[in-house]
Amino acid sequence: MKKDKEEQGSRRDFLRSAFAVGLTAATAVIPTDRLQAVPTKKQSTDKAAPFVFFRPDEVEFVSAAVDRFIPPDEEWPGAVDAGVVEYIDQQMAGKWGSAGYMYWHGPFKEGTPSQGYQLPFTPAELFRRAIAAINQYFSAQATAFPQLTADKQDEYLRMLLANGTTLNGVPSKVFADFLLQHTIEGFFADPIYGGNKDMVAWRMVGFPGPYADYYELIDQYGIKLDREPVSIGQGAHHGAS
Amino acid sequence: MTQKLKPVDVVVVGVGFMGAILAKELATEGLSVVGLERGKQRWTVPEFHAPDIHDELKYSIRKGMMQDVTREAMTHRNSLTQEALPIRQWAAFLPGTDLGGSGVHWNGQTFRFTEADFVWRTRMHERYGKDFVGRSLTIQDWGVTYDELEPYFDKFERLLGTGGKAGNLNGKIQPGGNPFESWRSREYPNPPMKEQYGGVLFRKAATEMGYHPFVQPSSNMTRPYTNTEGLQLNACNYCGFCERYACEHFAKATPQTVILPVLLSNPHFELRTEAQVLRVNLDKNKKRATGVTYADATGREFEQPADLVIVTTYALNNARMMLLSGIGKPYDPKIGEGVIGRNYAYQTTGDVYVFYDESININPFMAAGASGTLIDDFNDDNFDHGPHGFIGGSYIMSALTNGRPIEFHPTPPGTPEWGKEWKAAVRRHYNHTAHMLLHGSSMPTRTNYLDLDPTYKDAWGQPLLRMTFELPDNDVKMTQFCMDRAVEIGRRMGGKTVAGYPRKPPFTTQKYQTTHNTGGVIMGSDPSTSALNRYLQSWDAHNVFVVGASAYPQNPGYNPTDTLGALAYWSADAIKKQYLKKPGPLVPA
Repeated sequence: MKKDKEEQGSRRDFLRSAFAVGLTAATAVIPTDRLQAVPTKKQSTDKAAPFVFFRPDEVEFVSAAVDRFIPPDEEWPGAVDAGVVEYIDQQMAGKWGSAGYMYWHGPFKEGTPSQGYQLPFTPAELFRRAIAAINQYFSAQATAFPQLTADKQDEYLRMLLANGTTLNGVPSKVFADFLLQHTIEGFFADPIYGGNKDMVAWRMVGFPGPYADYYELIDQYGIKLDREPVSIGQGAHHGAS
Repeated sequence: MTQKLKPVDVVVVGVGFMGAILAKELATEGLSVVGLERGKQRWTVPEFHAPDIHDELKYSIRKGMMQDVTREAMTHRNSLTQEALPIRQWAAFLPGTDLGGSGVHWNGQTFRFTEADFVWRTRMHERYGKDFVGRSLTIQDWGVTYDELEPYFDKFERLLGTGGKAGNLNGKIQPGGNPFESWRSREYPNPPMKEQYGGVLFRKAATEMGYHPFVQPSSNMTRPYTNTEGLQLNACNYCGFCERYACEHFAKATPQTVILPVLLSNPHFELRTEAQVLRVNLDKNKKRATGVTYADATGREFEQPADLVIVTTYALNNARMMLLSGIGKPYDPKIGEGVIGRNYAYQTTGDVYVFYDESININPFMAAGASGTLIDDFNDDNFDHGPHGFIGGSYIMSALTNGRPIEFHPTPPGTPEWGKEWKAAVRRHYNHTAHMLLHGSSMPTRTNYLDLDPTYKDAWGQPLLRMTFELPDNDVKMTQFCMDRAVEIGRRMGGKTVAGYPRKPPFTTQKYQTTHNTGGVIMGSDPSTSALNRYLQSWDAHNVFVVGASAYPQNPGYNPTDTLGALAYWSADAIKKQYLKKPGPLVPA
């Protein structure tokens, strides 16, 4: 909700500037004809999942970024351990990624923030284009996003969210907002979608999951509900409580 | 090649709540009725099966129950000079589809509009003067009065099994109810809902401040109920998956639970699903409809002749259907003339969050779609607007309809939008935050209207609807005033932090507000400023009736469905008792 409040002024400004900037030659629009895996120090072989959409260099960037959006702490896992990368991968590989939930007829024209998403890229195309530009940018400096310090990673993500650059034709705020939105979705969605592993996000906030009958509890005001959450996937083994 | 079908007496376009009511009333008269539904059939069993139906990503985020935007979207612009672009994903409002329409995914909030609402223009001019209202607002009277509709409100609420406490029984104010409501002839069929913890905290604060809190009238059942059609419903169990979802418990009044089984068992009624009506057909003189043309799932076109055409396709789609069919003069905002598309209005909503310390467990997930405790003190014409410079108002309601965490993870102002601090704040506040909803009126203006988009088309090659809408200054003032009152209540509720988010221009299609789109095919007494007469009959084609919130000349601060149900029964009665005996205009033009 905070976001909604702040969006009004800043998003308008960014879109205007974003599209203006995107057309000038002076900006850091990095064309990529091919994608190259960026070597990183990160060892992820122990929990490597088969990815359907993402390529290895994309996985490296997305993993590092989403773990800055929702970092692990002493008690609760971060986005990567919660399965957010797997979630996004599956979404991009499926109907959502191919704009299967959107009105997808042209002409595609520049709009105002109030008019919403109008780019001619499907969500999957948007991710691919933007991540390629990001990886090329760091590659040209002989480094990679995951190799930055946490502070530098945050600084870069803040720049993207502030629409500080254009990524292969994608205003960086559009991509970064998308990535943040998907991170939160994957963290909190039912585990059937690949994220929220072991319902960690639900445990963290105290959401009991989709099984629910609170007729007897709703007017026991202030009661602390202390029970294991139950997910949709566990459905066959649990009656509605 | 369009195949011409056997004529029927009545064709109903869209089988949602209102379509089902009209179809049932007319089939019971022995008329042959065909219901054309663009979507598929769906029923509590097996489609609304739990736990699958409680899938937040599928239904809340990907809008699994809504009008298929890949086939039928609409465009929006904020002003006449801007280029409208397609709303590529639903967000601000969520029109439904499939059998039962939006009546399947509604919340069940069941308010009657007031006596003042139906004579709004007269009332505002009399009480405050024409200059006070100003010429920019195109408010109108409805052509029907509350007293005329009261029996039909009663009828609809008994169909739904609405739970509540009367505040005004035949003019006598009742303790525990809403003292501002207009008279009702008898109590609600069911008692009020249980209150949530946030509601109890709100009630205490509002009472201390001299306001008049009451429990929201709800069509989520508060006990087992057998309705006026003989159908049985169960008590709601406060599962927290109501709006945007179907109910698996037979506990929410929906077309499936309160009327469709009876309608479908009537031998005079035939349901055809996956029937996309493309237009209402007119005779040569354009004074009478001859039926409709529709496409089936494979794209084959059929002409269904009928003596009577009832359009019940949701407010926005009703306006589009009239425009696509050429019934009534399209509204022109430059000269303020024409009727179809005129007086499009919405609902001016806002949110307040009250952040408590960790000893207060709000349990947001223990919720029903229509659970809530509210005050009506700053709504409608329930207070003197003289000092304030605006008309209309909002109810202020403590309500959490759910604790579904993708949508609901409030953080106090100043919290970063991501990172370690955000994560800690989400965890800290999830179960310790109360919410208040401002649900306010929306006044029509000369430049807020609906027409056909010049560029974008649907899957059948027909123009999309184009919405031109911006928040009127009147409504911006109104909602800020009500927000100030709500934040005062929030402070009294004892939270550590109170954050209010009033609606401000520009209107955005990108944030959910409410699916209460109104106007575009409005009712009234003057054919030059309304599309329908007081019986929802087209002034231009007397055998076309258009039932929807499209008929509202402006939108008061109450949820629209109860009034729509009353209008549906009122219209059906006029057809049965007057029109069938002597088909023709029921009101001289």
